[in-house]
Amino acid sequence: MAEVQTTFVKAINAALARAMRADERVIVLGEDVAEGGPYTTTAGLAEEFGIERVINTPISEAAVCGAAIGAAQAGLRPVVEIMFIDFLTLALDQLVNQAAKAHFMSGGQLTVPLVVRTQGGAGSRSGAQHSQSLEAWLTHVPGLKVVMPSCAADAAGLLASAIADPNPVVFVENKSLYFRRELAPEDPAPVPLGRARTLRPGRDLTIVALSRLVGEALSAAEQLASDGIEAEVIDPRTLTPLDLDTIAESVRRTGRAVVAHEAVYTGGFGAEIAAQLQAAAFDFLKAPIQRVGAPFTPVPVSPPLEDAYRPGAAEIHRAARIAAHWDEPFAASPEPGAVTAP
Amino acid sequence: MKELDNQRLVWIYTQMLRIREFEERVKGTFEEYPGVIRGHTHLADGAEASIVGSLATLRPSDQLMATYRCHGYPLALGTDPKAMMAEIYGRSTGLCGGYGGSMHLVDTERGFLGTSGIVGQGIPQATGAAYAAQIRKQDQVVLCFFGDGASKQGAFSESLNVASLWKLPIVYVMENNSYNVVTRVEQEDANAAAGEPLAMKAKAFSMPGVTVDGGDPIAVYEAVGAAVDRARSGAGPTLVESKVYRLSAHGNIIAPPGVPLHYPEHEAIEVFGAREEYEAALRGDPVPRFRARLISDGSLTVDAADQIAAHVREEMQVAVQFGIDSPYPEPEAALHNVYA
Repeated sequence: MAEVQTTFVKAINAALARAMRADERVIVLGEDVAEGGPYTTTAGLAEEFGIERVINTPISEAAVCGAAIGAAQAGLRPVVEIMFIDFLTLALDQLVNQAAKAHFMSGGQLTVPLVVRTQGGAGSRSGAQHSQSLEAWLTHVPGLKVVMPSCAADAAGLLASAIADPNPVVFVENKSLYFRRELAPEDPAPVPLGRARTLRPGRDLTIVALSRLVGEALSAAEQLASDGIEAEVIDPRTLTPLDLDTIAESVRRTGRAVVAHEAVYTGGFGAEIAAQLQAAAFDFLKAPIQRVGAPFTPVPVSPPLEDAYRPGAAEIHRAARIAAHWDEPFAASPEPGAVTAP
Repeated sequence: MKELDNQRLVWIYTQMLRIREFEERVKGTFEEYPGVIRGHTHLADGAEASIVGSLATLRPSDQLMATYRCHGYPLALGTDPKAMMAEIYGRSTGLCGGYGGSMHLVDTERGFLGTSGIVGQGIPQATGAAYAAQIRKQDQVVLCFFGDGASKQGAFSESLNVASLWKLPIVYVMENNSYNVVTRVEQEDANAAAGEPLAMKAKAFSMPGVTVDGGDPIAVYEAVGAAVDRARSGAGPTLVESKVYRLSAHGNIIAPPGVPLHYPEHEAIEVFGAREEYEAALRGDPVPRFRARLISDGSLTVDAADQIAAHVREEMQVAVQFGIDSPYPEPEAALHNVYA
């Protein structure tokens, strides 16, 4: 298939436009979306589809999210943009108590074909209220699906599937990925929700990484290869539903696993993956499953602090070496985290 | 708005009585069949005129959302009371298969898009349904019911702003029963504390706000009907404050398993010692009041009224029996309907 030079935001933008062209029930609403939003993900949509389908809303996350739920229940396919995942707190009742439970409580009468697009992640010196990774909260709620793409091609394919899905889907992007130059198929096929992608095969160790940490995991895997450790890298792509089969199959082969995400390590989704993995592959494990995440602190602004806070290839590499050398003497190490306390 | 002819007036009275009788049977279940209802129930006795007067303004393609005090709306829309009672009893034959219960009745076929058990949080969804109606251009209107307490939620303010800004075809019906569980509205609402009607909140959102006697179904029909006409014409939303007095306590008592549940005395008496206030409300009970009015103006004979009452009693007795006789869902059903 022909590939083109693109970026994550352009892929999202094109996927929205494709969905809106294909189905007039698809509408986009959120703060400043008709103007393109702060990251240009919705640029040009209002010009093509009109402001009746690309709706600038007040700064009213509860009403906007709730109105989208109501519109979805009444037959539309709304895609809401919550500008920063940090603002999702303002719409959580709508997501958690309303959207996630409508199908269930109505005995299947209601469906909520809704997508909530939002973005998180640190690295832009934006401070503790514009930088978080809160996806784990959402995975704790039956009825919601949670998607976290790591590249432009998957973003386009997963967004198409999310819009077509009859359930509420939270689509969590990472702002650090937005403007990298990437290659992606010119006409990307939908990527089914609940199917992981193996980006690199390896026999010694499995690295399961989410969102921005997928690229970091690939860098770490390069470095590990030069250390003589062949790491397999898997991107689950969707957290709910989770493709445990692909991950567990890999870990049964390699016997060692590192789970990496940018979210705070305590209560992060890595804990869930680790718990499910130990149950699915206990007899095959040669080392404790290692976790990589941010330390248990709000995201700081000051550049040296934020850089130290944010986990990346170095932390994955370190965790992978602990797992790989576990059975050797003196290999044990403290809990992984981006910051090593002095 | 259509004139209410005789037949329609009798229909309104019949629906009011059906709601009252249904809820009497819900209340009665606590004594007749202890343990059959364990969770929360909230009765709308006292609000029947407001409910039926409002719904009488709708066309079949219109939609509505309501609160956890929700038994009345589907009854007036024609939902089978047997399925409703079975739902309240948690049976597999229930309207929502036993997944919703008393607080979460839904009947999408009749335009009843459901309720929120979280105060005020259904308002945005009703607003979104109105947005869908607006862009579908099929002349649909949405009625959004909530209580006086909900008007202090952010979701209320956010939604009314959006609805007025976008001129959505929706009517917000605030059933003001003067109590947030046991807190009186004057204790928690700045307008009420200042002696002003709650309908004046509409002014903040540049929409009409009207206050109506929610015990008079014809007055409600006229006020909500004018607002529905306005919404359908594209002129935007209205806030209707319908003043009702709930004749039962907020809900049944909450107690650990094994302890029988019941309805306590109304908060006016139990908490505020305002027996006279409550007795005055009882004297103004909208159901006998409307019956007397229809009889005195010749719209209904005493015999016909008694026949309606007998028929309704029978209908709701059948509903109770159906619920009692219905099976519970299989345990595996707990895992169904999580995702569509």
